[in-house]
Amino acid sequence: MSLVEEYVDVVVVGAGHAGCEAALACARLGLHTVIFTVSVDSIALMPCNPNIGGSSKGHLVREVDALGGEMGKNIDKTFIQSKMLNQSKGPAVHSLRAQADKSDYTRSMRQVLEQTENLEIKQLEVTDLLVEDGKLTGIKTYSGSVFHCKAAVLCAGTYSKARCIYGDVSMYTGPNGLAAANHLTDSLRSLGIELRRFKTGTPARIAGPSIDYSKMEEQKGDEYVVPFSFTTDPESVQKEQVSCWLTYTNERTHEIIRENIDRSPLYSGKIQGTGPRYCPSIEDKVMKFPDKDRHQVFIEPEGIHTNEMYISGMSSSLPEDVQIAMYRSVPGLEQARLVKNAYAIEYDCVDARQLKLSLEFKQISGLFSAGQFNGSSGYEEAAAQGLIAGINAARKIQGKEPLILDRSEAYIGVLIDDLVTKENIEPYRMMTSRAEYRLLLRQDNADLRLTEKGYEIGLIEEERYQSFLKKREQIASEIQRVESTYVSDQPGVQSFLKRHGSTELKSSICLGELVRRPELSYEILSEIDTGRKPLPADVVEQVNISIKYKGYLDRQVRQVEQFKKLEKKGIPDNIDYDRISGLRLEAQQKLSKYRPSSIGQASRIAGVSPADISVLLVYLKNQ
Amino acid sequence: MEDRSNETIAAISTALGGSGIGIVRVSGKEAFLIGDRVFESPRGKKKLSKQVSHTVHYGYIRDEGQTVDEVLVTVFRAPKSFTTEDTIEINCHGGIYATRRVLETVLKNGARPAEPGEFTKRAFLNGRIDLSQAESVADVIQAKNEYALQNSLSQLQGSLGHKITSLRERLLYHTAFIESALDDPEHYSLDGYPATLLSEMEEMSSVLNKMIASADNGRMIKEGIQTVILGKPNAGKSSLLNVLAGEDRAIVTDIAGTTRDTLEETISLGAINLNVIDTAGIRSTDDYIEQIGVSKAWEKAETADLILYVVDSSTSLDENDEEILKQLNGRSSIILLNKSDLQQVTTADDVQAYTGDSFPVIEISAKEQTGMDQFEQTLHDMFYHGTLSFNDEVYITSARQKSELIRARESLKKVCESISLGMPEDFYTIDLMDSYIALGRIIGKEVGEDLVDEIFGRFCMGK
Repeated sequence: MSLVEEYVDVVVVGAGHAGCEAALACARLGLHTVIFTVSVDSIALMPCNPNIGGSSKGHLVREVDALGGEMGKNIDKTFIQSKMLNQSKGPAVHSLRAQADKSDYTRSMRQVLEQTENLEIKQLEVTDLLVEDGKLTGIKTYSGSVFHCKAAVLCAGTYSKARCIYGDVSMYTGPNGLAAANHLTDSLRSLGIELRRFKTGTPARIAGPSIDYSKMEEQKGDEYVVPFSFTTDPESVQKEQVSCWLTYTNERTHEIIRENIDRSPLYSGKIQGTGPRYCPSIEDKVMKFPDKDRHQVFIEPEGIHTNEMYISGMSSSLPEDVQIAMYRSVPGLEQARLVKNAYAIEYDCVDARQLKLSLEFKQISGLFSAGQFNGSSGYEEAAAQGLIAGINAARKIQGKEPLILDRSEAYIGVLIDDLVTKENIEPYRMMTSRAEYRLLLRQDNADLRLTEKGYEIGLIEEERYQSFLKKREQIASEIQRVESTYVSDQPGVQSFLKRHGSTELKSSICLGELVRRPELSYEILSEIDTGRKPLPADVVEQVNISIKYKGYLDRQVRQVEQFKKLEKKGIPDNIDYDRISGLRLEAQQKLSKYRPSSIGQASRIAGVSPADISVLLVYLKNQ
Repeated sequence: MEDRSNETIAAISTALGGSGIGIVRVSGKEAFLIGDRVFESPRGKKKLSKQVSHTVHYGYIRDEGQTVDEVLVTVFRAPKSFTTEDTIEINCHGGIYATRRVLETVLKNGARPAEPGEFTKRAFLNGRIDLSQAESVADVIQAKNEYALQNSLSQLQGSLGHKITSLRERLLYHTAFIESALDDPEHYSLDGYPATLLSEMEEMSSVLNKMIASADNGRMIKEGIQTVILGKPNAGKSSLLNVLAGEDRAIVTDIAGTTRDTLEETISLGAINLNVIDTAGIRSTDDYIEQIGVSKAWEKAETADLILYVVDSSTSLDENDEEILKQLNGRSSIILLNKSDLQQVTTADDVQAYTGDSFPVIEISAKEQTGMDQFEQTLHDMFYHGTLSFNDEVYITSARQKSELIRARESLKKVCESISLGMPEDFYTIDLMDSYIALGRIIGKEVGEDLVDEIFGRFCMGK
């Protein structure tokens, strides 16, 4: 009998970006929720890069916001520089990225948690999971206390049996010197859950006053800042911003690395975890791309309350002396004083193929898992999973169907489907190339795609929903007006077209056709569009994109229709693949092991061929 | 993966080569619509879509104003057809070439080539076939897919396969470059890139155009029975080919080892089409060029439907013959004792001492053109008794290859359009990948994580 015993609805293990979203979602949906962390001072900590968003990650933040999550609002409150990336490219790949003041970000999120009803914060390590008959019933902490619960969400991040390494130095801690969680994964293993060991890394932090910025290129934020959250008033984010700085490695840097490569734990075999290819250490970059004579290095502030600078592009696990020499070989860093050394971190995580699309374990009812603990990387990927796992834990308790977004609805859908379906040999990062239907999954229309769902779930308040409905209506009626308005070849129109380098009209033409001309746009046409009423900027943006790229968007809509057909063909839980003749052995094994929920998901499992899918369809029809 | 079960499919549904009549079957929602597009009755007024089920109609298949073939079309209305879908069956009279052209016309007008076993699969899924047959259907689908894949692979060893692979590599490289720049705009710039890509696209389109044209010439699509003539040097292989082809095609001399490379010829013997490949004489040789010919000969024999083994009956069998006769075991073969006009040293009995009665042995003289009637008769018997057959899937596979090549080219065209319209770069990669996928289907490659691997492998990404 434990001395302390409590009964709650949901337990969230870990208070990083996944844990915060999961706990907030559950509490906001009316469930008594307890969030556990090894340190309350590290709630929503950003232990690596000091920014939120970036290509495709910005999309995730927008989607989290549209569903009623917190990340977008929190970065809007605490950013110190903001940029819309890829502005010269198509709207589908525009992506917001903001530099955060790390300490403000943490403090602000902690306040939100503290002020949320039904939510308790506890600084305790969760060590055991209590499971009866394949059903989660509670958790036990290091102190011996027991929390009985109806559902739990594991968001243990990179803390499980974590080890930080550089050179010969090896510390059994989580990121940033925080305590590791050394028991949870043993408990999981004893429950039959398969674990893996992944690796990631972070660069050094250098004291600002020791940096000579005159040798670097200044990287300023956008003049006009676009907020992440659809609820943030754009005027409120127009403020003074800080700069980042760009410099480069050189032959000397590379020489230092090559000369000392045998002292790198990555190369000496001391680190066994699989590291991400997209976020290589500087030694990986130098060794794997010997033709590149320089690599970019971005110097980014960690915040306005500190002078520490994050050395983006130069993560490393080389020994301390090599690190110092290597950083000091970079122009502007000759006198660099290292506040924190770079390090690699190894940690336990789960093979996410043991999860359903709802992020619940297939084998353990009521147990959910999210974030880096699922083998992803990045704050945004974590937050997105945390939100979905939290929502689904709550819905499970409330007896509702889980929220599952598919690949055609959201980057979140792509992220989760990839994680639970495909074999990921390294920490998974979101990329725009992973989203097959990305023309439809834009950051600018995340609210149009997901607000309705957020509202139905109960995380979007009535007022926000009403203003969303109004926006949607305005967009639809304006598109209709533009597509059915005709302009004639009168002199005013012809001279307008001539001025914009556009072919003059031979007869009257639909306004929509003019919008689609590469040299024109909805905004430009306001001059000759006499029937136009003033509309909000976000409505104008949607109208322009929808009309201008109509041909491409329609094509994607058709692709999505095709895709949906197979997604909708469900596979019963109790299917016995051994009894299906005609399936190749490899397909039979993979399908039995990972038990996909639909034909569509089955078709994405490596080792399952189109012919196997045909056989499966035939079999299901037979049932 | 897409669900393509709503699309209208077409294929040649009779084995080619037999009677000279081929049937092109079209099944699916748009079968009648497509029928109306390609069929023209003698007075030009009849619409297939207006006809009663199970009726036959005489007319022509027309493609862009040209008559492709004189045909009889049977109309089957859903659900009273094999697949239970609207179906038309076009009986073509003009032989293999015309049948193939009819299929192409149908494909051009909205149908897509049927997957292996797809008619059967539809029949089953639509409840037309008894449930007890379900499992065998599954086996058929699996087996046919493997067969088709094997076939397309065997056809694609060599230059065509290399061409497709190299096109795919280029497509993947460019896609990965663009994607890297989108994911990591601060590391990779796309300034000036569209112009580079445009010229690449034009060059690749012209390669594809050539491949599509060669498919039209029939160099890629080989219908008929793949036949290989084997024999030791100077056994009379080339003379036999000349007799069969009726022209001096191969260089015939009395010097052993004249035929250095392989020669190919399509020959009609009655209703059967042979695709004959003459090979360099098989024997141990030091001559380098001839060596290539010899190894090619064996290579061709591996995939052939029929092997004609020519023996010089004026000399005795040696260990080379023994070796070859052994290799013929289990293959459809005919052994021809040539030079029956000369003094006979080797007889049918001598040969059958090695082979038993597995193969017919026929005495011929290529020089005097005797024994050819018996040869033709034997061939017919083998074909109609099923000893010798070839699967129509070979052809269907080829038609599919061609339609994928066209698809790949169309996608590249869209990339060019996007570039010239000044569309942003992220719009290109959708069509680049479509083209990559289409080419992959020809050589049986799934896409999987190719792109992501290429991005990380080629481009140095990240923070």
